[in-house]
Parts: sequence; structure tokens; C-alpha cells
Amino acid sequence: MPLQVDDLKVYYRTLRGDVRALDGVSFTVADGEIMGVVGESGCGKSTLGKALVRLDNRMKHVGGTVTVDGQTLPIADDRAMNRFRFTSVSIIPQYAMSALNPTRRIGRLVADLLDARGMSYAATRPELIRRLALVGLPETVLDNYPMELSGGMKQRVVLVLSTLRDPALLVADEVTSALDVSNQRAVAQTLVEFRDRGYVRGMLVVTHDISLVYQIADTIMVMYAGRLAEKAPSDAVVTEPLHPYTQLLIGALPEVGARFSERRLTGIPGRPPGLRNPPQGCRFRARCPLAVDKCAEQPPFVEVAENHHVACWKAGS
Amino acid sequence: MRRYFGRKLAIYTLTFVVAVTLNWIIPRFMPGDPVLRMLTRTSVSNPDAIAPMRAYYEDLFGLDVPLWKQYVNYWVELFQGNLGVSVWLFPAPVADVILDAVPYTLALLLPSILLSWWAGNKVGALAARSTWLDNTALPVSYALTATPYMWLGILLAWGLGIVAGVFPVAGGYSFELRPDWSWAFVGSLAQHWFLPFLSLFLVAFGGWAIGMRNLIIYELEADYASYLAALGAPRRLIRRYAFRNALLPQITGLALQLGVLVSGALVTEIVFAYPGLGHLILQAIQNQDFFLLQGAFLFIVIGVLVANFVIDIVYVLVDPRTRTGMQGAT
Amino acid sequence: MTDTEHVAAPGVPAIAEPTVGRRRETLHFALRNKKVVGAVVVILGLLVLGLVAPLFTDHGPNEYVGPPAAPPSADYWFGTTTFGQDVFLQFANGIRSTFVVGALGGGLAGLIGMTVGFVAGYRGGLVDELLNMLTNIVLVLPALAVLIILHAYVGVTSVAMQALFIGLFSWPWVARAVRAQTFSLRSREFVDLARLSGMRPLAVIRREIAPNMSSYLFMTFILLFGGSVLMAATLDFIGLGPTDATSLGLMMNSAVHWSALHLGLWWWFVPPGAAITAIVGALYVMNVGLDEVFNPKLREM
Repeated sequence: MPLQVDDLKVYYRTLRGDVRALDGVSFTVADGEIMGVVGESGCGKSTLGKALVRLDNRMKHVGGTVTVDGQTLPIADDRAMNRFRFTSVSIIPQYAMSALNPTRRIGRLVADLLDARGMSYAATRPELIRRLALVGLPETVLDNYPMELSGGMKQRVVLVLSTLRDPALLVADEVTSALDVSNQRAVAQTLVEFRDRGYVRGMLVVTHDISLVYQIADTIMVMYAGRLAEKAPSDAVVTEPLHPYTQLLIGALPEVGARFSERRLTGIPGRPPGLRNPPQGCRFRARCPLAVDKCAEQPPFVEVAENHHVACWKAGS
Repeated sequence: MRRYFGRKLAIYTLTFVVAVTLNWIIPRFMPGDPVLRMLTRTSVSNPDAIAPMRAYYEDLFGLDVPLWKQYVNYWVELFQGNLGVSVWLFPAPVADVILDAVPYTLALLLPSILLSWWAGNKVGALAARSTWLDNTALPVSYALTATPYMWLGILLAWGLGIVAGVFPVAGGYSFELRPDWSWAFVGSLAQHWFLPFLSLFLVAFGGWAIGMRNLIIYELEADYASYLAALGAPRRLIRRYAFRNALLPQITGLALQLGVLVSGALVTEIVFAYPGLGHLILQAIQNQDFFLLQGAFLFIVIGVLVANFVIDIVYVLVDPRTRTGMQGAT
Repeated sequence: MTDTEHVAAPGVPAIAEPTVGRRRETLHFALRNKKVVGAVVVILGLLVLGLVAPLFTDHGPNEYVGPPAAPPSADYWFGTTTFGQDVFLQFANGIRSTFVVGALGGGLAGLIGMTVGFVAGYRGGLVDELLNMLTNIVLVLPALAVLIILHAYVGVTSVAMQALFIGLFSWPWVARAVRAQTFSLRSREFVDLARLSGMRPLAVIRREIAPNMSSYLFMTFILLFGGSVLMAATLDFIGLGPTDATSLGLMMNSAVHWSALHLGLWWWFVPPGAAITAIVGALYVMNVGLDEVFNPKLREM
């Protein structure tokens, strides 16, 4: 199985104390599964994505394990992780448009990377060209400098490069946020195609755009304030959400054809709790219309229906 | 790219015109008859000089020649390589006196600029990744770059030259030797060259080290560095890219620092009585030899312009962004 | 990870001018920054020395008061010159003129550079092109060479004049940097708001753009101050500075001229250069410290 996460805790160090960005997260991603990870800003989804590949120096691994293909990833050890990066676990970063060295031709960049990692560029080149063609890029792109390419083209190059070694797990971090709609669609379709062709075995698509994720993901996982709220097949999440937060989230989505005069968009009142001193118990409690006293105790993330996990006392009842 | 070079050439040409015009115009700021003034000043030092000087001056400042013609005359003389006759070293032409001194100044400037740039960049890059080096090299670099050039020259001259007696502190070569290509002479040249060179090298080094360290830290936080790290690239590769990218603004910085480096060389020469342009200028000032001063000024300006142009060319060759029509850095 | 304490309501542009609270917070961090505090101590210390020491002595810096070429002693803390002048007094007076030249020259250069930069960045177009050309020309002209020529004919008789010349040639890099920042700020919403409300361009620059760059401008002034001090010392050393007043560069000039090196009169030439190094070095360090204070990102690391 490409990914198994057990009670992962990753905090951010700050001068005024630790921010508990990921506070005990457990889930699995199966072979060939595309999982969308959604939630508000600050819910921890980006931290999750980054923690699987590369902790930066502000983050610290406080507890829990990450297992890829049966091997525990040494996510706290930067050096040890290098072995797994790019080969087992890869990422398409949020800043994909500026992710390429502006003073190096694309082909040379790839060659430098592969050579530095002990892989043969010459041997990989044919496959590289094939994949570039798959995303609609000509072979000549390898001779270009990044600034000679459009934003969408750079995004596609990064897509191909990140998946070049057929990683077991791919994390796509907000890959469509900076794109226009038609580019978004192209990227989304490419992600699915890569999975279908077996270039990646498991995928985490981190985004705040539920509608996008609904189109391409098999499973959707909703996060709130550093914890998991709900995880279920996409259809189930969108048509029968069981967690109050998910329900409000889906309810807040605009419908095509709906007009403001007929149906007002409702947001969710209030804001997520600060994560330096998170509240005890369920973190959605303050904003939840269904909250009761029992919610002062953190509900466990349990399977209440087939493949449907929720962390709420009121779900499944 | 044609636009880029076109603009640069326009600026350099304009600057040269401004410099020449300055040279020509400033004497006219003085009240009274400029020709008379200059002649009376120089008559005290060297009576033989008066006749040729009068002829030269009349052409350029004489009140019977219309202004625009004076200006044109000045340019004509310039293009014929005639910078006048030195008053102090009469009858030597200014151009010859200057050309005798230029090799010494170049011998100081070129090695010290290039070596300090290279060494400073290397150490700065190392300091960016080694905390130990950062804590030692960085304060030293700040102290060095804050040091006035002539003071370091004085300290070195006194410490290594006089107190320790290891190096000579005056002249370009030993006074009893005659210039020729013997080992003794070349050795003497090198001996006299070393302290002024070291002085220039150290002060400039500090500035480059600090700059490079900061640039590398900035580059290492760039998106491309993060992405490469996320793809498991070894630190070596990321550092190599960061270094290459950080060199680009350092090349531009070299052009910006030329004025400072040149003035540093001038004062260092004065400290060591090293027979280059700086020493010459000091003598010219003390002896009120205006022709020599003007000639030296023009030479320095030309040198700086040429150096700027060379750096511009190097930059275009090195930064791919300029070649594809996008502005790399102006 | 949002510690959501300051959530701006959507649609309201970011606060343009620093509030009283922000200023106090900046001061708080500044006073706690070791680099800033250390640098200020050094600079103030030398300044006080320069201001106070001459008041306590009854003789002038250039008077022949003591035994010639005497090493430091209780009477003459920095010894005497070959003529018997009090080196310490010369030193203190020299520091004063150094500070004056630094402030005036740096201030003038800053004024010119900022004006040129703001106008070029704000107006754009032909004005920008012309100012750019001017900036580039002054940038390329080697300042010392021009000053040499100017001095030879016009002469520099006072510290103020020296500061004027220095200020006239040190501004190009400031103009460039200010221009770049103005460009980016010009297109921000609060500037548009100001212009729409009919504010005249000069007022827009003064009240909307400049305050946002205030920290940067302050740091620029510090660098200009340091540069000015170095250039003045260089000019004085060549003999192109005011010769009636004492200055640190002039002290070094005299020392070299009168063979202090060969005679081993180190107390004559070591202190002046040391003082300049200390002042300029402190200014640079202060700049680094202020960068940390003004950029919270650097603070947290």
C-alpha cells in the first residue's frame, strides 16, 4: 500500500510556542487511489503534504509514523529522507511556476538532477520525451529556459519531472490554485491519466477547491484545525456528508445556475481556532450547530459506514 | 540585445563627453583671464614651459577664439592624443608621463580586483553554510570593508614593512636598480608590488564576502532550491546552482564598485609612493600641474568606461535571461 | 497555520502608515537587538568624545604644546606629532568634522537620490528615461577623479563644501533602489485611492509611498553616512579637503608626509584610521541589526 499514516503529529516552532499544525492524523491511501485533501486555510493540509516529503526547518516531527510501501519514512531526518524523495515520495509544489532554476535550461536541469542522484540522464531521456509529449510539450522544451515558457507549460514540466521516477506516492500541493480554468482542467486530467498509466500508485491532491477534487479524486478527506474531520469516497462526501463541518462546507458551495436572489451563499460563521493553544475536545465545537456537552471530549476518527470515517459524536446516529 | 548594448554605449559615450566637457569647462569657472591665471601660476615653477603653454592655452581658452571653437579644438587635440605638456616634468608630454605610470596602476588594480572578487565570493559562499566560518569570517569581513584603504595601507607598510622589515615601502622597484628584464629587477618589482596589492585585496575582499554570503542565503531560500531539495537533490547541487545565480548580481556589483576600487588604488599608491597614477596625481596637485591632472582624469574615466563595458559584455554572456530579450538586471 | 488574531476584513487595503503601536513595537525590538545597541554605543561614544574633549583642554589642536614626537602619556593621551601637537585633541576635533561631513554629505546624497528615485519611479515615461540617463552617467563617472579635478580648479575650503561635493556624487545607487521600490508601490491599491481622491503627485509620494519605505530609507541614510565618511577621509588624505580644520584623513596625510611611519610614531596614524573603521563598521553592523528589526521574518529565525 502506497501510504499509511499513523497518528502523525507535526508542529511548527515559533518564538511564542508551538503551533500544532498536525495533531494526530491517521489514514491510508490504497494502490491506485487518488485522495483529495480539503479544508480551510490553516487546517493542516499543506503541512501534511509537506511533512510527507520534506520538513522545513520550522517544522518538527513530534510523533506518529509514515509508512510508504511498508517502509517507515524517516521524516524527521532530512539526510535519510533523501533516499526516498523523488523515488518513493514526490511532490508537485505550490510554487510550481517558479520551481525551475531560471538560469538553467530545462534539459540540463533534469540531467543535473538525475546525475546527482546517481541515475542516468541518457537512459531516462527517451521516457522523459515521451511523457512530455503526453502533456503536450515538444522535445524542444528541453532546450528552453524557464522564462521562455508560459506558466501552464512550466506547470506541466514540473508535473512530468516530479513523476519521472514513478514514485509510489505523489503529493500535489495546490497545483491548480494559480491557473485559469482551462489549464486547471488540463492539469486535473493529466493527474488522473498519470495514475491510470501507473506512473504514480497513490496520490494526495491537497487543495481548497472541493469541486475540483470531486472531479478527479476517488476519496475525499476533510481536515479541520489540524485534525481529520471526515474521509469517504467522493460521492459520499458530497452527497451524504456526515460531519457538520463537511455539511456546512458542501452547503457553502455555489451551484451552477443558482442565482443570488434565489439562494444566498452562506459561509460558515466564525473562524478556526488558533493552533497555539487549541481548545480541548472537538475543535469544531465553537462553530458547530450540533454541539453538545459530550463534544468537550475529542471524538475518535472511526469508520461509521463502509469506507466512511468521521470524527463526530453525532455522526452515524 | 542590440537595444541593451546600444543603450550602454550611448551612456558611456555621453559620460565621456560630459567628462571631457567638465575638463574643459572647469578652468573657466575661475574669475579673470583663465590663460593668464594658469600662466602666472606655473611661471614660478618652470619658466621654459611658458611659451608652449601659452600657445596651447590660447587655442583652448584664449579670449580671441570663439567659445565653440575652443571646445572643438579641445576635442581635436584629444583625438590626436595630445593632452598637453606637463609643467612639472617639462618638456615631457602629458600622454607619455601618464602612459609610464599606467602599467603600475593596472598591475595593482587588475590582480587585486579579480582575486578579491573571486576569493571573497568563495569565502562568502562557504560562510553561508558553515556557522563556524560565518561567525569568524563575517565580522572580519565587516571590519575589512569598513577600513579606509589608505589606513590599511599605512598599517601594512608600518607593520610588515618597517617594523618587520619584510617588504619595502616605497617606490616601484629598488632605487639602485635600472629597469630591465633581469630576475633581480622583476623580483624587486614583485617585492614592491606585494604590500600595496595586499592592502587593496583585503579591503575589497571584505565587501565581496559579505555580499556573497547574503546573496547565497537568499538564493538558498528560493523556490527552485526548495523544489530541488524536495526531489532529493544533494546539497552539493543546490549549492552549485545558488552560487552560480548569486554570482550574477556580484558581476553587476563589480561595475558599481569600480569607482571605489580605483580611488582605493590611488590612495594606496600614495601611501607606498608606488609610481602609478595615484602617485602621479598627488605630485600633479602639489606642483599645480593642471595638464597632468586633466590628462590623468581623462585616463581614469576612459579606463572606468572600458571596464564597465567589458563587464557588461561578460554579464550578457553569463546571464541567459538577457539573451532572450528579458531584462536580467540593469 | 493561521494564528488568527489579526484578520483583516476583506476588501480593506493593508494599513499604509505605521500606527503608534507599530512604531513602539519597532523601537522595542530595536532596543533589544544586540547589533543595533552595540553599534549605537560605539557611535555615540565617539561622538561624545569628539564633542566633549575639546572643551576640557585649553589649547588648540594645531598648537605646538608638547614635546615633539612623544609617545602616549598621562599628559598627552595619544602622544604628540613631530611638531609637538596634541594628537588626542586633533583626534577629537577630527571626529567632529567626520560626523559633520557624514551627516551633511550623506543627507544631501540621500535627498537627491530619493527625489530622483521617487520622481522617476512615480512618473515613468520620458521623465524616467531622462533621469535614468542622468543616474547612469553620474554612476559611471569615477567620483574621486571628478572631485580631484573640481578641487584643483575650484578648491574645497570648508567642510560644508566637501560635503556638498560628496553628496553630489554618492546618490545614484539610492536613486536606482528607490525607483524600483516606487515602481512596485505605485501600483498598490492605496496609492490608487489617493490619486483618485485628487491628491497631487508630490503629496502622494510624501504621504502614501514614502512612509511605507521609511525603514528602508533610514537604512539607506546610514549606508550613505558611512560612505560619506570614507570618501571624505580619502579626499582629506590626498590633500583635497579643507586644510584649515582638522580631520582624521588630514591627520593620516600629515603622518605619512612627515615620515611618522619611518619614525615609528604609531600613535599618530593608528587612532584616526581606527576611529573611521569603528564608525563605519558600527554603521554597517547597525544596518544589519536594523534589517532584522524591520523584517520580522528574520527575527523569528
